Amino acid sequence: MFGYMIKRLIQMVVVLWAVSVLVFVMMSFTGDPTFMMVPLDATDEQIAQARRILGLDESHLVQYWRFLSNMAQGDFGRSFVFRQPALTLILERLPATLEIVFLAMALALLVAIPLGVYAGANPGKPASRAVMAGSLVGISLPGFWLGMVLIFIVAVKLQWLPSSGRGPTTEWFGLRVSFTSWEGFRHLILPAITLSIGTLAILMRIIRAEMVEVMKQDYIKFARAKGATAKGILFKHGLKNALIPLVTVFGLMLGDLIAFATLTETIFAWPGIGKLLVDSIYRGDRPVIVVYLMFVALMFVVVNFVVDVAYALIDPRIKIK
Amino acid sequence: MTESSMPRPGNVTTPLLSVKGLRTWFHTFGGIVKAVDGVSFDVAPGEIMGLVGESGGGKSMIGFSIMGLIDPPGRVEAGSIEFGGRDLARLGEDEMRSIRGKEIAMIFQDPMTALNPLYTIGNQIEETLALHTTLSARERREKAIEMLHKVGIPQPEQRLHHYPHQFSGGMRQRVVIAIAMIARPRLLIADEPTTALDVTIQAQLLRLMRQQVEESGTSLILITHDLAAVSQMADTIVVLYCGRIVERGPAGDIIARPRHPYTRGLIDSIPHETDIDGAKRRLSQIPGNVPDIRKLPPGCAFAPRCPRASGLCRMQDPVLSEREGTGDGQGPRRLHATACHHPLTVSP
Repeated sequence: MFGYMIKRLIQMVVVLWAVSVLVFVMMSFTGDPTFMMVPLDATDEQIAQARRILGLDESHLVQYWRFLSNMAQGDFGRSFVFRQPALTLILERLPATLEIVFLAMALALLVAIPLGVYAGANPGKPASRAVMAGSLVGISLPGFWLGMVLIFIVAVKLQWLPSSGRGPTTEWFGLRVSFTSWEGFRHLILPAITLSIGTLAILMRIIRAEMVEVMKQDYIKFARAKGATAKGILFKHGLKNALIPLVTVFGLMLGDLIAFATLTETIFAWPGIGKLLVDSIYRGDRPVIVVYLMFVALMFVVVNFVVDVAYALIDPRIKIK
Repeated sequence: MTESSMPRPGNVTTPLLSVKGLRTWFHTFGGIVKAVDGVSFDVAPGEIMGLVGESGGGKSMIGFSIMGLIDPPGRVEAGSIEFGGRDLARLGEDEMRSIRGKEIAMIFQDPMTALNPLYTIGNQIEETLALHTTLSARERREKAIEMLHKVGIPQPEQRLHHYPHQFSGGMRQRVVIAIAMIARPRLLIADEPTTALDVTIQAQLLRLMRQQVEESGTSLILITHDLAAVSQMADTIVVLYCGRIVERGPAGDIIARPRHPYTRGLIDSIPHETDIDGAKRRLSQIPGNVPDIRKLPPGCAFAPRCPRASGLCRMQDPVLSEREGTGDGQGPRRLHATACHHPLTVSP
């Protein structure tokens, strides 16, 4: 286990370094942010001064070196726009994103597991065909469209739920969250549903496909021969075996949702990291984009690690080495 | 007459299991597969019955029909399965569930796949008890340890916590036997229990199974293509061909005096390691293959492969007719029945 952790740590550092190079190179070719910072009528001198302040007057190599060494010291750069450390900006908004993502994932699992298990255990039945057809619709619906339709119907026409913003937040272990109050929770619902639909549909299809395979196995027949209940066969003997491939996909999807909830956050004016990313791209706020991408890379490494541990927990045949 | 062919329980006891006219058909795109087509037999309490035939002969489907585990497109079309005064073919799923594992248990062919890889064997043994008894968790654990000990697993207290992949094939089949026998079922159906194992282990496990059923007075239906194994263990033998019984009777009688040419062919294809003169004898074989069960020829299904077949065989189904068994015993169970127009009369 210890050796495994070391291996993972080294892997993490390598991934982060590779991402830092990619991000830095990409940023260097996306134009000069100076012109977005200075007034339209700035003189050449003012522009040169701005470049000096931003550290853009030096060669790319020197810039990259400074970028790396700063990062090694925990300094991830300051936002051009907010004049605040970029990392602080991201961490401040992270709880908002995590909130809708976790709610969306919980929703997806809650719906996908029973439906997927049912459809997988009874592949021929009309109801399970309907479930499969429904999942195709779920996969095909673009999130932004669904979000807007939900806003139109639920928020505008029916006026059941608020259409945008985060609502009141409360401090919770030093984090600002909104699920603790009813009004805040109401604000969560529509973005979470929008975010969950695609994931839900994919998870369900995977669970179904795995269940169809698992239900053919001898140990299922043996469990039936023991007199196991239908529930015991499906959930104890069936689902646990079907979960193994699901864990990988679940991990990747979780990472994906956290990193790229951008569209949904934009539609619902949700002040999460996705919206921060979009705003920063518009404003050419390079340090924020860089830190954001590094953060996402780090998160995927961590998610992969958690997935590996989860494998070992579910399947006794897998040993972490 | 070998010792094993002696009927251990009395002849006149009512049978534990009485299968009558069982038809289990599969409705496939290619046509109806009559996997089991009009099969009747009785199993007495404590009896060991061998169910013999080549692969694809419908043997396993008889076992699954009794267990009520035939899945679509298969269906028990007709017939009755009387067990302890109830007709299993007409029971609902809930009633069947309370019988499975408790009164009728089943052992499968491949121990490598019959155990759930994600649970300890202790968990899987105790599951049977949890489903069918009111024992406490501790009592279940004690019983599981005792049962593992009985089936010859060393250090059962520790092995209980191990997962199936930590056992060899033979050991796993011992675990499977333990799971099947722990609730002391009245009938055990063993579906090719040793086919997937090393030859060296096969005899051990058959002995273990026999010992277990004898100890608890359980009846055993041993489904196998290995007539040699059956001849050593079974009281009665039922020979199946293409979903029908071709011969049925006391084990010793069938081995010594087979009437059906198919049974004869099966017996002749058992290797004899001890020929008296030590001469190497060529193994005989039954010519041809088991026909496609969806396109059976008219008349006797075995006729195309039968050395004794006549024109009559190709036109008319032979009826399973009972004749007095030669030699020992009386009463209906001692009868030796054959479905053949030209049964063998004299055997060496």
